[in-house]
Amino acid sequence: MKKILTRILMAGIGLIIIGCSEKQEIAQAQTLINGAGSSFDNPAFMMWKDAYAKTEKGVQINYQSVGSGAGIKQLVSQTVDFGASDAPMSDEAMAKAPGKILHIPVVAGAVVVTYNLPGNLKLKFDDATLAGIYLGEITKWNDPKIASLNPGVALPDTSVIVVHRSDGSGTTFIFTDYLSAVSHDWASKVGKSTSVNWPAGVGGKGNEGVAGQVKQLPGAIGYVELAYAVQNKLPVSELKNAAGKFVAPSPESVSKAMDTATIPDDFRFSMVNAPGEGSYPIAGASWVLLYQKQADAKTGKMLVNFLKWCVSEGQKMSPQLDYAALPDSVQQRELKLLETVTY
Amino acid sequence: MKTEVAPAPVLPAPVSTGARSGSRWMDRLFRLLCLAGALAVGVLLALVLWQLLKGSRLSLHEFGWKFFTGRIWNPVTEQFGALPFVFGTLISSLIALLIAVPLGVGTAIYLTDLAPMRLRQPLTSLIEMLAAVPSVVWGLWGLFVLMPILRATFYPLLQKWFGFLPLFQGPIYGIGLLTAGVILAIMTLPIITSISREVLRSVPNLQREAAYALGATRWEVTRIAVLSYARRGLFGAAVLGLGRAIGETMAVTMVIGNTPFIGASLFHPASTLASGIANEFTEATGDIYLSSLFELGLVLLGVTILVNILAQIMVRAFTTAETRRVA
Repeated sequence: MKKILTRILMAGIGLIIIGCSEKQEIAQAQTLINGAGSSFDNPAFMMWKDAYAKTEKGVQINYQSVGSGAGIKQLVSQTVDFGASDAPMSDEAMAKAPGKILHIPVVAGAVVVTYNLPGNLKLKFDDATLAGIYLGEITKWNDPKIASLNPGVALPDTSVIVVHRSDGSGTTFIFTDYLSAVSHDWASKVGKSTSVNWPAGVGGKGNEGVAGQVKQLPGAIGYVELAYAVQNKLPVSELKNAAGKFVAPSPESVSKAMDTATIPDDFRFSMVNAPGEGSYPIAGASWVLLYQKQADAKTGKMLVNFLKWCVSEGQKMSPQLDYAALPDSVQQRELKLLETVTY
Repeated sequence: MKTEVAPAPVLPAPVSTGARSGSRWMDRLFRLLCLAGALAVGVLLALVLWQLLKGSRLSLHEFGWKFFTGRIWNPVTEQFGALPFVFGTLISSLIALLIAVPLGVGTAIYLTDLAPMRLRQPLTSLIEMLAAVPSVVWGLWGLFVLMPILRATFYPLLQKWFGFLPLFQGPIYGIGLLTAGVILAIMTLPIITSISREVLRSVPNLQREAAYALGATRWEVTRIAVLSYARRGLFGAAVLGLGRAIGETMAVTMVIGNTPFIGASLFHPASTLASGIANEFTEATGDIYLSSLFELGLVLLGVTILVNILAQIMVRAFTTAETRRVA
């Protein structure tokens, strides 16, 4: 009995060793490309790397969703091949990098306002009301400013509990970018950044933390990514855009915002409060960051090919994840910019 | 009575034969390894301290002492102050101790003196299972189960009966210092109970028997003979529990509200050192911001060490030479 078991064990170990060595051979033939950064576009990268691997067998993409700040740090210290950030790098940050960094927008998404009120209400907000709520100036749900935007809706006499992000995040950057653009008070008192000193409210960690707290606290209001709200069936409000129309968040309304936004040649832009009738006001892009002069020619070429694929073919898959596809004009301009990468 | 003791046998002097020096070499190696293990703890602590100091050099230089008294945490204007985080840490840990120590020591007394023999082991295992629950799970349970219950029933009662105290005034959010304190209490309960149980078990039975012989009631026996004898050990249990409560991150960050706050209302959301670092570290852009987060870590280490030192001083002040023998 013992002898038989020993023989089976040896055979098993042998098979495992053979299997492992085979895998190693396959792995050695592939080039590994490392990226790190924002969690906003993590779902996109997960989907794209699997789809790309089916068309290009020789390359393996590895993406770590560690946050925009960590992604930028790793790119500057050259431990990854590309970074991903929800906010464009500032001039000072770019000056510190060892080479010129290109910004390539790859996804565009919306930040939606969700709330917890009884009665399945559909609410509308505008820029002044949102700023007032988040500054802590509007404290009750039946405040005349909210009521005037929502005629006929039975707003209760409960306190507004503001929920924001406690961790640094690209979602916060887009949201505070919008509030700074529409409210002088906000711009002077708070400002825009991935993490700010909130005048009011409680913080939740991650989109899931904000959603959890909004769900648990009656009378709460919070902001989350569109993808998150849709998948968790959270109530979503319509917002008044710069043209005065109330728009619901969707990949289409984000695309319309991107169409009308002014996008400079280096692609460091903000698309909040975009003009245009169908634009959703709180929308933003997420960028891939890479060096214009790639250190390694082979990896560099494969990275550029991957990014070219992401901004053209990959965009067809974006709506599945509730991102907006980049408009054609933007795609063409990005492909041209990727041509300028040297090796 | 004289007892004859045989004289100790005289051993031959150690000779450097192969076998004898071989075992001495192994003895020395063993001692060296044990010494290395013991020193490793000190070295590790020193390395952690050095890394924290290195990382926070920029903000130490920039803010100096104002960091420890500053109340504003503003990443946009790059003004950072640690006081709200220290406040949140100390208050939530204090609430946790106030709840967990009486409960834990009481449970330990029950398990050692009062419980029927058959129940002791199952109950002990049950309490130790509380320690096996991961921190994140406590946070989720606290946010989705405990907080709504407390918010709907217990907190309004507290406000009704004790609303004259500024501690229980102010709007009831649900998440906040008090909820965080309750969750921390549940998490430190197993540590305090199991250590207290060990300490109480090591009180010699002679003490109890002597008290009974003098006519003490059950409670008096426990109070006079057992608790006062075990005072130092119970204190140690409380300090260990406090150490866990101060450093707890995930569970606290889900139920405390993450808002820098200093004030009297226990219902208000606040922020702790550990949860502040965990929230903001990965996305921190900007050198001063990162450096300030390192300095928060330094403050956390400092608070932990300070609390331990204070506890040691209090133990020495309140115990006599005899009771120091326990634990």
